[in-house]
Amino acid sequence: MDKFKSIRAVAAPLPMINIDTDMIIPQKHLKTIERSGLGQYAFSNIRYHDDGSERDDFILNQPAYRNAEILITGENFGCGSSREHAPWALKDLGLKCIISSSFADIFYGNCFKNGILPIKLPQEIIDDLMKDAQRGANAIFTVDLENLEITRPDGDVIKFEIDGFRQHCLINGLDDIGLTIEKDEKITAFEQQQKIQQPWLYE
Amino acid sequence: MTSPRTLYDKIWDAHIVEEQQSGNSLIYIDRHIIHEVTSPQAFEGLRMAGRPLRRKETILAVPDHNVPTTEDRETRVDSIESKTQLDALERNCKEFDVDYIPMMDARQGIVHIVGPEQGFTLPGTTIVCGDSHTSTHGAFGALAFGIGTSEVEHVMATQTLILKRSKNLRINVDGDLGLGVTAKDLALAIIGNIGTAGGTGYVIEFTGSTFRNLSMEGRMTVCNMAIEAGARAGLIEPDQTTYDYVKGKPKAPKAAAFEMAVNYWNGLKSDPGAKYDKEVFIDATEIVPQVTWGTSPEDVLPITGVVPSAENISDPEKKASVERALEYMGLKPGEKLTDLIVDKVFIGSCTNGRIEDMRAVAEVAKGRKVADSVEALIVPGSGLVKLQAEQEGLDKIFIEAGFDWRQPGCSMCLAMNADKLLPHERCASTSNRNFEGRQGAKGRTHLVSPAMAAAAAITGHLTDIREL
Repeated sequence: MDKFKSIRAVAAPLPMINIDTDMIIPQKHLKTIERSGLGQYAFSNIRYHDDGSERDDFILNQPAYRNAEILITGENFGCGSSREHAPWALKDLGLKCIISSSFADIFYGNCFKNGILPIKLPQEIIDDLMKDAQRGANAIFTVDLENLEITRPDGDVIKFEIDGFRQHCLINGLDDIGLTIEKDEKITAFEQQQKIQQPWLYE
Repeated sequence: MTSPRTLYDKIWDAHIVEEQQSGNSLIYIDRHIIHEVTSPQAFEGLRMAGRPLRRKETILAVPDHNVPTTEDRETRVDSIESKTQLDALERNCKEFDVDYIPMMDARQGIVHIVGPEQGFTLPGTTIVCGDSHTSTHGAFGALAFGIGTSEVEHVMATQTLILKRSKNLRINVDGDLGLGVTAKDLALAIIGNIGTAGGTGYVIEFTGSTFRNLSMEGRMTVCNMAIEAGARAGLIEPDQTTYDYVKGKPKAPKAAAFEMAVNYWNGLKSDPGAKYDKEVFIDATEIVPQVTWGTSPEDVLPITGVVPSAENISDPEKKASVERALEYMGLKPGEKLTDLIVDKVFIGSCTNGRIEDMRAVAEVAKGRKVADSVEALIVPGSGLVKLQAEQEGLDKIFIEAGFDWRQPGCSMCLAMNADKLLPHERCASTSNRNFEGRQGAKGRTHLVSPAMAAAAAITGHLTDIREL
């Protein structure tokens, strides 16, 4: 997995609430057995016209935001399905950090598995950041995961919180399967215990 | 003495392999269901890393999202991409020696209907699947939740997940549901009450006489929709209704093992005085048949209502969201919901594709005809539901009334197969999501109960079942 230490990039404002996973990547694009190449379909229902041409009113189509790596968006981002195709598509599109007042649980967890940092902040702060992000190419933020700080375009610093284990894995690009496999003895011990208490689960 | 615990706390505690310094826990996973859409990349990950399945016997595989629902389904897969995913599932299951139910098997169906039918879903277990509606299995008092593909791979390789304990939300509903009011209306009313993010960060325990009096089918409908309220999992404590359902199912414990299991399952209830982080109380007698008008399951109203207006909403983002939903749905504020003309009716899905749902539809359809202007599909949730319905003669009622009686699968719930809405078509649907494009690009979904969907098929417009 890609490491995430600190990024300095343009942030795009997408002030919609309840952006669901069907909106992030419509189901017709889930029919892949790969993880890559989904960026072209990200947000496709609001990003393209029916004929496939780009919609000017979609923020990431605007010249100032084409290279945005940060998205500032409304509450309950990523609600709906468990599809990891959603973070795969966002990552492939170049987004590395999503900032919102709330995320759906499954999507939130999926981000960390793919080198995307989701940051939760109170709505008042999101409102301020949303205004900052409207400055086009000047909407440059720094997101520093080691120090848990966002630096706004005017230099103000905002602190954020993240689970320590997830921070560690993201900074170091760690595959948590490898880490868990090291716990094999404990898992085996659990199974032996459970087999005594609930033998029907082992028949 | 330990302090009183909730049902969720008990299942969680019984599955802790290790508590980690970060505040996360390594949680053991007992059961894993897989389908064709979210598993291929996980198998590929294992292959690349040279990792085996830790306990292949805990996995059950069945294709559902992409399968065609027509009679000639074997040769009718709608696209090369769908076929590739279906073939990949079969190939992976063979390679890794996983229990696989093929598309043409009589037991095939939607993962969340097949698991319970096969007795794979058991009380007190942890159950995961790369599908958010895994919450369905919570109806058995199992901690069941959807996961992403990386987590699918994690469970395959380690039989565990690294998780943070959720908060406890209790939703208590007491009283009898009125005539024509079903588990689906109950689920929609709850979402209308707490919102689609109301359960975020929580596991919901549904308590009260209303849930106790529901059948397993009804309980599954409610827990299925817990995710639409933002909760990863819903739970209902197991009782005699649960045990009667589980008993005799192919993979359920038998004879003495079943008695031993019931003894263990009897302990799966919240202790008196257990603390919940949040509690919501609803009176079942106040719930009337529900219908969604917008593009989020929380956009729900009693069928007696009118299309809302964005006018008095002060929050600009919420206002914009309602305006967008109205435009997408092609609705004008003030229109009566019962005046909305439907083009299609979809009855099925992991929310409402079980035998009880089929019976409810038959009751409405019997001796009536589907309106000429409506195309109405009934898609049983599994081959076994189909078989049971046909043994009861329900298929004849459906076909006589003009419904299209299909083969099992996810079908029009999510438009990943040939069954979908055309742009601007309006549909009364028993599925779980009314998101933009969910049932087909630009399709317009109104979520309702099976009886309400059947009523709309007959009249050609959204209908209050109590007045049919």
